[in-house]
Amino acid sequence: MDWGVMLSYLPLYRDALLLTLRIGWQGVALALALGVVCALTLHLRLPVLRQIVTAYIELFRNTPLLVQLFFLYFALPKVGVRLSPDACGTLGLGLLGGAYMAETFRSGLDNIPTIQSESAQSLGMTRLQAFRYVILPQAVSSSVPGLVANVVFLLKETSVFSTISLMDLMFTAKDLIGMYAKTLECLTLLVVFYLIMLLPVSFLGSAIERRLRYAEFGDRRTV
Amino acid sequence: MADILLELRHVHKRYGENVVLRDLDLTVRRGEVVVVIGPSGCGKSTLLRCVNALEDIQGGEVLLDGQPVRQEAKNISQMRQKIGMVFQSYDLFPHKTILENVLLAPLKVQKRQRPEAEAEALALLERVGLADRRDDYPRQLSGGQKQRVAIVRALMTHPEILLLDEITAALDPEMVHEVLEVVLDLAKNGSTMLIVTHEMAFARAIAHRVVFLENGEIVEESRDPKAFFTRPATERAQRFLRTFEY
Amino acid sequence: MQSLGIDVLFKGRNLLRLLGGLWVAVRISLISVALSIVLGLLIGVLMTGKSPVLRGVFRLYLETVRILPQMVLLFIVYFGTTRLFGWNLSAEVSAVFVFTFWGAAEMGDLVRGAILSIPSIQRESAQALGMTPRQVYGYVILPQTVRRLIPLSINLITRMIKTTSLVMMIGMVEVLKVAQQIIEANRRTSPNAAFGLFAVVFLLYFAICWPISRLAGYLEKRWA
Repeated sequence: MDWGVMLSYLPLYRDALLLTLRIGWQGVALALALGVVCALTLHLRLPVLRQIVTAYIELFRNTPLLVQLFFLYFALPKVGVRLSPDACGTLGLGLLGGAYMAETFRSGLDNIPTIQSESAQSLGMTRLQAFRYVILPQAVSSSVPGLVANVVFLLKETSVFSTISLMDLMFTAKDLIGMYAKTLECLTLLVVFYLIMLLPVSFLGSAIERRLRYAEFGDRRTV
Repeated sequence: MADILLELRHVHKRYGENVVLRDLDLTVRRGEVVVVIGPSGCGKSTLLRCVNALEDIQGGEVLLDGQPVRQEAKNISQMRQKIGMVFQSYDLFPHKTILENVLLAPLKVQKRQRPEAEAEALALLERVGLADRRDDYPRQLSGGQKQRVAIVRALMTHPEILLLDEITAALDPEMVHEVLEVVLDLAKNGSTMLIVTHEMAFARAIAHRVVFLENGEIVEESRDPKAFFTRPATERAQRFLRTFEY
Repeated sequence: MQSLGIDVLFKGRNLLRLLGGLWVAVRISLISVALSIVLGLLIGVLMTGKSPVLRGVFRLYLETVRILPQMVLLFIVYFGTTRLFGWNLSAEVSAVFVFTFWGAAEMGDLVRGAILSIPSIQRESAQALGMTPRQVYGYVILPQTVRRLIPLSINLITRMIKTTSLVMMIGMVEVLKVAQQIIEANRRTSPNAAFGLFAVVFLLYFAICWPISRLAGYLEKRWA
């Protein structure tokens, strides 16, 4: 192992990490927004929109991100839609993630027993009040572990960004291996930098999950 | 009659082909405690859910103080505030503390001032012996305690009538008593109640009037619970009561 | 409007080549899934075992595989083993190796979860009927485990198929690569072929994965 070489590669990897993180978080933010809108559409059974949302979710859950990115980056310009690699990465990750977030959030909403809404309404709340004060807060907290798992998944998926010429970690590693053939050093740095990016989120996820499990909502346990 | 509080007229309820309530008439006077008994699946719980318009009905009407209670009516929120309901499975809001559970409707629905509502909530919690649990979450309470909180929660909107839907059915036997005590106390203070229960001794002790429901129809109605429970008039009620003997 | 590449698709053997590329991806997935299921069953049973060391080792294995992108694992195996051990693994062997390494961990965890989700009262009441441990497993535990497992492992197949799209990055000629080659070859005559071809690849993946997901969803609901 050539430590000197590794040290000299560090700034390149750091830049790549920052780029991955920037686009990754943009994509995650877009995914969350999309996911919330789509989940509400499904939960409230809005006509027409619901069918569109379902089609979108099925389409993006059943195709690889790599193929989605190729379509955004190489195919769309042919019909006049030209996006920068940055925008493609964000949009691709956001569209893919939106489909996953929507499913997670929707099952959080649907898993709140109807009687919760009924007992709120029996107190005189309107449907909207029951949703806002009773259903939504419970759905949000029960979907958090799933949402965090989706974030980890999305950050991992960024590893295909290099195909649309974004200089992310994979791109950097491949490039350096090609140029200087310091394979081991490059791969070690690759792993280390992915861990730097993913471990904190993953730990955060399991911490939240443990906390939620400890503070188990509902009274399934006592009866 | 002036003192009629709740009136069901020709209420008809069905799920698809399955008729649950058949042209049902029932009145509850102010201050009266009416207990509905009957075999499982006879429509008792559906009856209560219809009173609160949690179920839509296919015929007839439900009147409270002479005003219709209808699911799609504009005043449904106001009407439901006048009808308190307690469910078998308590259904407290798991993400809120006991005090917040009890205060949610007064603050958000009735827009009352917090200090005043909170004082009332604490007084009521005190009355059911749970004032010291105000900051706990529902999961930290036993079933009986949760059910007492659910009763307080229903009382907070100052309902004119309370609907109790098998409120002890999910409880361990030793907790049944503490919940029924609270209900007896309410009855003593003149609350109007429509109760569905399987606790025959309790029904006998609390009822001003007993209604025996079977297959969505009122088979027998008695203003004398003692007589009803010892010698029911109809053969169907006799058969039902016999199932409680060993 | 210029041609968007659909004509290119039907030129010569292009469609066949594209489907051939898809088959490469599907073949790698199927081999990997088959291996993963066999290994996963073994790992899953071992993970429910009593030895804390064994459980710890598998836990570590699972977490490692989960935290790293499959792309990184592919790079490590494809580029790393050559350098480290002097092996010259073909891209396909590397891919099958990585996907099996990953799939077996996921499958093992599913098996473990399925076994643990059978309430202990099931085992106890079977024992109370006088069944031997073998009978308890054979008649009570395994049939229930398998029911829970089948929808989940079908889901693993779609995840696997989607993940195999990565193999083009270690130089395998699969469906995306074939599409690129076709676009390249027709650059002069149909400069806009990229639209049609990549749209078709998109739909091809969907056409394969969607029915499988539906099947898994259906079984999950039915056997829940």
